[in-house]
Amino acid sequence: MTDKSHLLEVKNLKTVFFTNSGLFKAVDDLSFTVKRGETLAIVGESGCGKSVTALSLMRLVPDPPGRIVGGSISLEGTDLLALDEAEMRAVRGNRISMIFQEPMTSLNPVMRIGDQIVEAVRLHRNIPAKEARNIAVEMLRLVRIPEPARRAKEYPHQLSGGMRQRAMIAMALACRPVLLIADEPTTALDVTIQAQILALILDLQKELGTGLVLITHDLGVVAQTAQRVIVMYAGRKVEEASVEALFAAPKHPYTRGLMASIPAVPASGVPAQARLNEIPGTVPSLVRLPKGCAFAPRCKLAIKRCEAEYPPLADWGGGHLAACWRAAEVAEVA
Amino acid sequence: MSEVLLEVTNLKKHYPVRAGVLRRQVGTVHSVDGVSFSVHAGETLGLVGESGCGKSTVARSVLRLVEPTSGQIHLEGEDITHLSKAALRPHRRSMQIVFQDPFASLNPRMTAGDIVGEPLAVHGLASGKALDARVATLFEQVGLRADQMHNFPHQFSGGQRQRICIARALALEPRLIVCDEPVSALDVSIQAQVINLLIDLQRQHGFSYLFIAHDLAVVAHISHRVAVMYLGRIVEIAGKDELFRNPRHPYTQALLASVPIANPLAKKLAPLVDGDVPSPVNPPSGCAFHTRCRFAMERCKTERPALLEAGDGHQVACLLNEGTGRSQLAPTT
Repeated sequence: MTDKSHLLEVKNLKTVFFTNSGLFKAVDDLSFTVKRGETLAIVGESGCGKSVTALSLMRLVPDPPGRIVGGSISLEGTDLLALDEAEMRAVRGNRISMIFQEPMTSLNPVMRIGDQIVEAVRLHRNIPAKEARNIAVEMLRLVRIPEPARRAKEYPHQLSGGMRQRAMIAMALACRPVLLIADEPTTALDVTIQAQILALILDLQKELGTGLVLITHDLGVVAQTAQRVIVMYAGRKVEEASVEALFAAPKHPYTRGLMASIPAVPASGVPAQARLNEIPGTVPSLVRLPKGCAFAPRCKLAIKRCEAEYPPLADWGGGHLAACWRAAEVAEVA
Repeated sequence: MSEVLLEVTNLKKHYPVRAGVLRRQVGTVHSVDGVSFSVHAGETLGLVGESGCGKSTVARSVLRLVEPTSGQIHLEGEDITHLSKAALRPHRRSMQIVFQDPFASLNPRMTAGDIVGEPLAVHGLASGKALDARVATLFEQVGLRADQMHNFPHQFSGGQRQRICIARALALEPRLIVCDEPVSALDVSIQAQVINLLIDLQRQHGFSYLFIAHDLAVVAHISHRVAVMYLGRIVEIAGKDELFRNPRHPYTQALLASVPIANPLAKKLAPLVDGDVPSPVNPPSGCAFHTRCRFAMERCKTERPALLEAGDGHQVACLLNEGTGRSQLAPTT
């Protein structure tokens, strides 16, 4: 039975891509849950599978070449993978919405902002155009776009990057979804605008009680927004913990390496270092993953066993999961 | 302080905005609007600012890749602002650039070795076996293997490609390397490798960097001094520690407060500025930041603040406190 407090429950999700150079597992055996009103951050570097996870939740993985080949995605008890395309369309944009990284490519350039929101609303709710238009203007006001009624009549190119992202958020939230997926929502924005947009997303989430899956590569963004964090590497979850536990004592050498490799702003409380801690090597190709732990070739702590066997996700107390044979020693050695 | 290597004085770069069938000029983009700074030998000057602030145009103007509208650029004491192409060539050896996107800045049809050796061949400094040997040394200096010389750019990862770009910049033993967002296209773990490499190379060779980036943490890490740009002007310059400990311009303070800190116990995320950066086509009168500044006074709308000394080599362009900016720290730190 699905736990009622869980809004989203993903179990053993497996998404693969069939390419000319072979089959690769973009997401491999991923399980996680999101509670109502909770923010879960998924963090990792390019190619770790975080964006494919987002697309899988929306069932937007391009097929071919990609396909969800296993697992289940349960939203408020409904298995999304069991729905047919028409049923899924009724969920998408209605109960689950998504904000993408680049608002310019995800908004229709030849349609007015207001009309795009009206379209999204009327797709899911049988209401007159006029009422939908009022909702659109109201949503633009909610995301703090000045003069919403005038802005609703403008085209995407007339808005700045920050305003476009606000319009995207307005559209995503217009049907009051229970789950919002944000895939690198602020990566394309300047830092002062990023702070505004993140604050806005969190405010609205609190106000509307939406569950949020925030996908990012930026550990600073994770620390400032999330309650729980999943770290992904080469398609797998390597660590999961509350944000406090993760930053206080990361259990996986990869997480530890990531944290040590980000330069700190002086006077931020994080001490500056002369040399950054680097993780040697690069992310492995997903087509030729090693048999054991995918991080082993770059890991200072790797032992024979790491190359031979993939480490299971073990609970290190208080729901702090890590997939590493040497997790117990990470704090002392690394 | 060591000798001044690069001196930029009142640099301006304006682009015309044309419209209509007759392509009449309807406006001017004030991309860089009166910027002065210097870079000393062996020093890294960081240049930060948000998109459209003109930081990349400054980089390109310094190298004369775009022609400045007015102002002077002195390299090693010589005015290179108006030198002809031929006269500029010997100076080009002293200054090199590393671009943001290592995918776009490497010729896909040349081998990595040819790319790195090309500047040496162009300047007639080496050929044949000597060239190969020099290229092999450069490869090793940037952490690549000499046998990778025969590979093409697509066979390298993003981080390795940026290493090729760095090797190419090093080939002529320049005194100044301009880095325009060299790590912003790279993943975090790779970014650290490249930053470390840049720092190590500077220690070995003693050249200077003009390091342009939007990421404050990266700039803070690599720079000795930092200049902050807003809408084509420098609003503040100071030593790295001084700038981050005691930012005086309200924009610098807002910028610092906006950086999400990788520490969940220091939650803040309180944007100190509202709204967007105004368009550089019609920048606001007076202080360009007054439209977003929480401390703007009547004077700020009409008077353009000059970049003035505020003690300890700290220069700030703000009318508050008789031109010394806001002295107290932003409330969030």
